[in-house]
Amino acid sequence: MIHFVLLISRQGKVRLTKWYSPYPQKERTKVIRELSGLILTRGPKLCNFVEWRGFKVVYRRYASLYFCMCINQDDNELEILEIIHHYVEILDRYFGSVCELDLIFNFHKAYYILDELLIAGELQESSKKTVARHIAAQDSLVETAKEQASSLSNIIAEATK
Amino acid sequence: MGSQGGFGQSKEFLDLIKSIGEARSKAEEDRIVLHEIETLKRRITEPDIPKRKMKEYIIRLVYVEMLGHDASFGYIHAVKMTHDDNIHLKRTGYLAVTLFLNEDHDLIILIVNTIQKDLKSDNYLVVCAALNVVCKLINEETIPAVLPQVVELLGHQKEAVRKKAVMALHRFYQRAPSSVNHLISNFRKRLCDNDPGVMGATLCPLYDLITIDVNAYKDLVASFASILKQVAERRLPKSYDYHQMPAPFIQIKLLKILALLGSGDKKASEQMYTIVGDIMRKCDSTSNIGNAVLYECICCISSIHPNPKLLESAADAIAKFLKSDSHNLKYLGIDALGRLIKLSPEIAEQHQLAVIDCLEDPDDTLKRKTFELLYKMTKSSNVEVIVDRMIDYMININDSHNKTEIASRCVELAEQFAPSNQWFIQTMNRVFEHAGDLVNPKVAHNLMRLIAEGFGEEDDTADSQLRSSAVESYLRIVVEPKLPSTFLQVICWVLGEYGTADGKYSASYITGKLCDVAEAYSTDDTVKAYAISALMKIYSFEIAAGRKVDVLPECQSFIEELLASHSTDLQQRAYELQAILGLDANVATNIMPMDASCEDIEIDRSLSFLNGYVQQSIEKGAQPYIPESERSGMTDVSSFRSQELHEVSSHALRFEAYELPKPVMPSRVSPIEQSSSNELVPAPEPSYHAEMHQVASSVPSVSDPGSLELKLKLDGVQRKWGRPTYSSAAPSTSNADIPKIQNGAPQLDAVSSSSSKAVSYDSRRQQVEISAEKQKLAASLFGGTSKSHKRQSSGSQKVPKTNIPAAEKSHVAKNATSDTAVLERTPQPPPDLLDLDESAVSSSAQSVDPFKQLEGLLDLNQDTSTLTTSDASASGAPDVMSLYGETTLNVQSGGVPNLLPAGRDEANLLSGLAGTPNRNGHGENTVTNPTQQLNKGPNAKESLEKDALVRQLGVTPTGQNPNLFRDLLG
Repeated sequence: MIHFVLLISRQGKVRLTKWYSPYPQKERTKVIRELSGLILTRGPKLCNFVEWRGFKVVYRRYASLYFCMCINQDDNELEILEIIHHYVEILDRYFGSVCELDLIFNFHKAYYILDELLIAGELQESSKKTVARHIAAQDSLVETAKEQASSLSNIIAEATK
Repeated sequence: MGSQGGFGQSKEFLDLIKSIGEARSKAEEDRIVLHEIETLKRRITEPDIPKRKMKEYIIRLVYVEMLGHDASFGYIHAVKMTHDDNIHLKRTGYLAVTLFLNEDHDLIILIVNTIQKDLKSDNYLVVCAALNVVCKLINEETIPAVLPQVVELLGHQKEAVRKKAVMALHRFYQRAPSSVNHLISNFRKRLCDNDPGVMGATLCPLYDLITIDVNAYKDLVASFASILKQVAERRLPKSYDYHQMPAPFIQIKLLKILALLGSGDKKASEQMYTIVGDIMRKCDSTSNIGNAVLYECICCISSIHPNPKLLESAADAIAKFLKSDSHNLKYLGIDALGRLIKLSPEIAEQHQLAVIDCLEDPDDTLKRKTFELLYKMTKSSNVEVIVDRMIDYMININDSHNKTEIASRCVELAEQFAPSNQWFIQTMNRVFEHAGDLVNPKVAHNLMRLIAEGFGEEDDTADSQLRSSAVESYLRIVVEPKLPSTFLQVICWVLGEYGTADGKYSASYITGKLCDVAEAYSTDDTVKAYAISALMKIYSFEIAAGRKVDVLPECQSFIEELLASHSTDLQQRAYELQAILGLDANVATNIMPMDASCEDIEIDRSLSFLNGYVQQSIEKGAQPYIPESERSGMTDVSSFRSQELHEVSSHALRFEAYELPKPVMPSRVSPIEQSSSNELVPAPEPSYHAEMHQVASSVPSVSDPGSLELKLKLDGVQRKWGRPTYSSAAPSTSNADIPKIQNGAPQLDAVSSSSSKAVSYDSRRQQVEISAEKQKLAASLFGGTSKSHKRQSSGSQKVPKTNIPAAEKSHVAKNATSDTAVLERTPQPPPDLLDLDESAVSSSAQSVDPFKQLEGLLDLNQDTSTLTTSDASASGAPDVMSLYGETTLNVQSGGVPNLLPAGRDEANLLSGLAGTPNRNGHGENTVTNPTQQLNKGPNAKESLEKDALVRQLGVTPTGQNPNLFRDLLG
């Protein structure tokens, strides 16, 4: 199970955090500080895994951005590494050559995409196409949302009667 | 992108992100965020905020919270937003609450109703959004509210909904298994779903379920195997392919499940052999994902009933991993080796040099993994080398979690495989010295017991030798500064028990040392208690031996200090010591018998020695004691003194009220005993001592029940270890494994024949002498392995046989590693600039260009070039906070003049050198345009568009960090 996902920039700035296991706010800050100290200082040729507090953190660097996922001791590290890559590929397809700036300004979109990929700390969908289709459906819906709003509310109102 | 052009947010929000990006220190960032919080607090409470505006506020709250600040004031607004009919807003609201709230937050109750409504929506996207929230926020209490709807959604026509419903149900199962136990069959059903996504998702809950109860799912072995077969044969839609592998994530999940199902089950395993073998053969070992599947196959093979053919191919795969240049693969290789080693120990031998390379690798992660492997392959023949290495490694660890783990492993191995007690004690000393506060206190007690018990009953000389060597080593260690408390306790105890036993050291020498300890660690009461008890023992041994006791002045002052101590425990001990000093030899022997910590203590549970006292009291008219059992079943008691019982029963009410309290009561204070009970049978404390009873009967002054009680409690602390109930399995194994051998002699494998004993003895000698040599290390680590396996065929002369090739190999390997080390070193030092290059390996020409530009520009301005070098050196020794300080987002709005940020990064240099153009954003753009295009690589059109858009927004690509614009997928 994935306990949390972190995106940290080379300079230690947080770009995205998603917690699948309960961590109180204070603890979160501490975790991020600890991990950025641990990961950002590692050399380029070393393992992409770090053992930390009895868990393992798998990280991968893309340009100046580090994608980190925290997993259990007995999980398959390479698989997680590829899940990270999978996520980046989906982001890339969605944003069109994704760069860090895209994620800074559209972090909520990055969250939506992550929600289609992982749920409750498990990989829910491994098909890029399916995820992309789903996100596209949501986006198109959002754009027509205003027109639909009235009819939708009617439907919901009816359904809940 | 959104409707407001650009990135879909207002100028205000963009400014916020920009200013945070440009913040030069954490403090500055905090200030900006706190200001933002103030603004939001004000704005968000204004009446009639347009919904679109509100949505942005919520997103800004998310941003604030992401940066580690508290945005709880706005949670309620996010909750409100989930109620909105507009799906646009609803989704934002849902996203915000999943990020803000933990599952036990009070506000969740306000969302449940909305979730219920949304789960019934006609729009499947609304349902999906609601299910996402369900997975994150629904807790044990609220599960029943949504459960029926979630179950219904398992049959929804949209596969996306079914998939999320499965995951939601899985989450419920994790949270509160009892609430969904009756629904588990649904997972089986979903396994046969037409949609591979749903099927794949179902594997997650099934994996959990099978982990808990394997036997209930044995019938599915064939189904899983056939699914795996179909996946491997590419029967799934092409869209599930990932880097040319057919649905690798599903394959991995299935292999994990098969590993569980086949574990220890030959019949089930046989159904898997073919497919697992097929997958191993088909795996593409050049891609990461192929190796991930391969690794999972090895895990599966090592878990199921062994199959020689599969083991062989697993060993081949491991060899490939270990020979790889990639640290990741080496790491997995080591891990896989650790799994396989239980099944075929000889495999480790083939890779001994690779393993040792990993052990000496600068990468700490790899090193630790290798120690884990060594831990798994430890046996009595190589324990000394391994534990020695582990301790060396442990000494340099800073992380306490890590250190604790390694320390406890050292202890475990030493307890299990110790070749001699002497070695055990030395090893424990080292562990305690460096990680004493992290070791379980039990270990200390084990050590004390081992020293006290020695080898057993027969060999007294060996025992005393062991003890004197322990005493000697402790006298040596005790002068070192800053020893951990637990270790000091052991030292004090041993010095007290055995410090003077062999007559080598005088009592005054030992007591002096003990006082030094107590003085040096004067804040630690436990250590002081151990020290004074040790003094007490030494003095009473002296008295018992008939020697005159002269208390050193520092001891005297120590005792006096404790006499006035705030700790009653210490005070008590000090008074006892004073009392003992005034006693004669005979009494002293009784109180503190020599080396009696392991004697069985006879406990007189009936306290018969008090009979006389009880009799006296009864004669004086006191009530006899009635045991609790009889008191509770008052009416049917037909024992002696029935009259009195009748009397008592007539006062039944009062009796219940006053005298039911536990029988401990009467035993505590003597006045109560006299008044309320004649037959005093208090439940004895289990820590009674034989000697105490002797004292009680012989010396009336000490036998006063009150002081006896107190005394017992105190003494129990130090005497505990001797109690027979304490002995656990661990030391007995170390004793059983090890025949009694003189100290210092290397341990011989009990199984090996006498001729081989000599050989292994010799080899050990050599190894110890030049342990720095790699092949020696290999031999000492793996020699044991080869011994147990090759020995059967080749009789004795095995050491030269393995050693020679090992030496040759290591020679080659060493050359190779030194070469690679040189190679590795060169690309490392220049940090930022090269980082850029490295990530764009595929398009090297493109990434070279900007730097050529840069170099050309560098000459123009000496000042800035010094700046860069200083920066390079700064990031060469990376410190996150300092990095943090120099970060800046390269988001600069062209209009604002004062934007030239701290000129530090290489990109900033570029803009700095561009000089004047930087003042008006347009000039700068001309400079950066080519760089930008080049950086963007293959997707020129898109990047151009983005570039234009960004500029429109006033964001110039040449801030301090061009990386922001790099494609993540270079």
